[in-house]
Amino acid sequence: MDFSDTAEEASFRAEVVAFLEAHATRKTGRITDPEAADDAYVARARAWQAKKAEAGFAGITWPKAWGGRGGTPMQQVIYGQEEAKFSLPRGVFEIGLGMCIPTVATYAAPEISAQHVGPALRGETIWCQLFSEPAAGSDVAGLRTRAERDGDDWIINGQKIWTSGAHFSDYGLLLTRTDPAVPKHAGLTMFFLDMKSPGVEVRRIKQISGTSNFNEVFFTDVRIPDAQRVGKIGGGWKVALTTLMHERLAIGTLAGPDFADVLELARTVEVNGVPAIRDAAVRDRLADWYVQSKGLEYTKFRTITALSRGQMPGPESSIYKIVSAQKLQEIAHFALDLMDSAGLVTDPEVAPMRAMFQQALLYSPGGRIAGGTDEILRNIIAERVLGLPGDIRVDREKPFNQLTAG
Amino acid sequence: MNFDFSDDLQQVRSEARAFLKEHAAGSSRRALEAGHGFDQPLWARIAQLGWVGAAIPEEYGGSGLGDEGLCVLAEEIGHSLAATPFASSAYLASQAVLRFGSAAQRAKYLPGLADGSLTGCFALAEGGGSPRAGAVRAVFHDGAVTGEKLPVIDGGVADIAVVAVRDGAEVTLALVPLADVAVTRTPLDTLDPSRDAARLVFTNARAEVLPGAVGFAAVEHVLDRAAVFFAFEQVGGAQACLDMARDFALQRQAFGRQIGSFQAIKHKLAEVYVAIELARSNAYYGAWALGADAPDLTSAAAAARVAATHAFELASAENIQTHGGMGFTWEYDCHLYYRRAKHLSLAIGAAPYWKDRLIGFIEQRNAA
Repeated sequence: MDFSDTAEEASFRAEVVAFLEAHATRKTGRITDPEAADDAYVARARAWQAKKAEAGFAGITWPKAWGGRGGTPMQQVIYGQEEAKFSLPRGVFEIGLGMCIPTVATYAAPEISAQHVGPALRGETIWCQLFSEPAAGSDVAGLRTRAERDGDDWIINGQKIWTSGAHFSDYGLLLTRTDPAVPKHAGLTMFFLDMKSPGVEVRRIKQISGTSNFNEVFFTDVRIPDAQRVGKIGGGWKVALTTLMHERLAIGTLAGPDFADVLELARTVEVNGVPAIRDAAVRDRLADWYVQSKGLEYTKFRTITALSRGQMPGPESSIYKIVSAQKLQEIAHFALDLMDSAGLVTDPEVAPMRAMFQQALLYSPGGRIAGGTDEILRNIIAERVLGLPGDIRVDREKPFNQLTAG
Repeated sequence: MNFDFSDDLQQVRSEARAFLKEHAAGSSRRALEAGHGFDQPLWARIAQLGWVGAAIPEEYGGSGLGDEGLCVLAEEIGHSLAATPFASSAYLASQAVLRFGSAAQRAKYLPGLADGSLTGCFALAEGGGSPRAGAVRAVFHDGAVTGEKLPVIDGGVADIAVVAVRDGAEVTLALVPLADVAVTRTPLDTLDPSRDAARLVFTNARAEVLPGAVGFAAVEHVLDRAAVFFAFEQVGGAQACLDMARDFALQRQAFGRQIGSFQAIKHKLAEVYVAIELARSNAYYGAWALGADAPDLTSAAAAARVAATHAFELASAENIQTHGGMGFTWEYDCHLYYRRAKHLSLAIGAAPYWKDRLIGFIEQRNAA
């Protein structure tokens, strides 16, 4: 076992570091307040994406025909490791470039994809994913947004929800129901659309953390040309699976307080007049989080080892989000308990470590839901890793319009 | 980045698995029924294959597979539930002699430990309490050891013991031949009757100090190294439990369907899988730290130990739960794993000890 790069990996890493050093600022250890994804932030993200594309670090694993580098997943990992050390705007392009564009490029006509892939790669266009609905979350194939044929166009009516970045997106990848008279998976069709189309209304959702990362998107008689269909009529589920396969890889571990942060807190706050870290119960919990945190880090090393041998990570990758999301929520609760009643205070000027634990308490429940709930991920592990049977589905064979819903 | 065992060791693993499948099946069951925790024929064959000497250099008669080789074998031993003194002899006694013995002691004892003609054990505990210098009361004086050790795993079947003793004010390790009238060995009943354990009373028993073992830090170093090997054995046992539970859940029907189709079972087993993978990854890092003699061996070993202890305890308990009433019977093998899980958990310091040691080490490192 060794942790060193191969000669090729090392030279790629050096190239990446040189690029980042020249164009970005290294992170400091200082705790910073989370940034809101406002217009200025999005503009910075676009500029950075353009720079990356120019230097050949956008779309590292994409084929050269798409304007990508034609590189390896290992190179993508190396770029990600190094970029994470720099202070850069994140969270604007991941969905579009990680999920939507690969789907469009795989299924749309060559001239359509040629028109959209390049601009997205250069940060000129931002894409969002319009799948989830109020009545279709984990069971996304139960969605109800209708697409009805009208000559060369389709007319869209319905509502999407939990759409990250819809308010600053130029395009959306939209999963619709085109045939309600067949079983649910068979009646779906995928499109993409211009988010400025007449009849599209985006409303921000205010989350329990007070911030707004998601939107509701309403469609009222929105017209989409058939040329913007992605895949076959009724073939939307197959297309969606391509997109979702990318999602679980993209989400991975979650940002937020981890072992090192709660350790720092335990050294500074007191329990019974002594630093909390002297308390056996505190040490017990800290050790659990160290073990989980390192366990994920080393599991990633195992995944990277497989990648560098040309193997693709499979459903076992679900472990990252299951463990990190739950750990984050537990750490937040425990840290506030250590502060006792002072834990109530959310003012970053007053609360320890700029209120990172108070913030985490409020945003951490979202991590256990977004990108596959804990329950869905456990099903994936049980079925696709352990080989246990799929759930019994009473709706599988019935026409969609005969299902009970709510 | 190459965070995996070499192709050669993967080959060692598959051969070991095939061998144990054929020769270790029922080993633990037989030992349990016979009332003595030692499958002597299996032990002889394992020694013959060079497994006990995996981490012993070839110059001392070992097979030179290295620490990583012993890790791979430990995992397979754990999976098979073999009733042998493998851990005591290979992870503890051999490692102590290798690390702290004089050149003459290494030449005298390691070849026998490697080929199985000598079986070693490690005698630290003197009754209750986690490992600490203050709890070592056995005394080395004038070439002999006096004191009492309890429990000593494999103390009833080993030929030599590496014993934690006090030499003046300082703790050290002494090597004591056990076939000596000055050593009284009394068998102890334990949670896992498929493993041997004894009370050893030394009354001026002839002994030699391992000269490299200076202070309690030497004991801790032996424990750190052993913790990684134990972690692999625990991961192997945990994986066997998950495999058993999965197979049973696929075959057993209730309410008109396979019980493995209920989310209550699926999610339970997914959680066990997650615990095992976290343990496996921590154990891998421990294997690397052993081989590299890394400065963070203590935290690597402690993390591996804590994660693996949790994984095997969880997997063995949930395996019984998945089997329902049948899992609670003497006839089903579930309890053999459940017993072995707790046996391994308690063998070289329980989870609270390793958690405290882990955080203590990190505090020290951060302060430095």
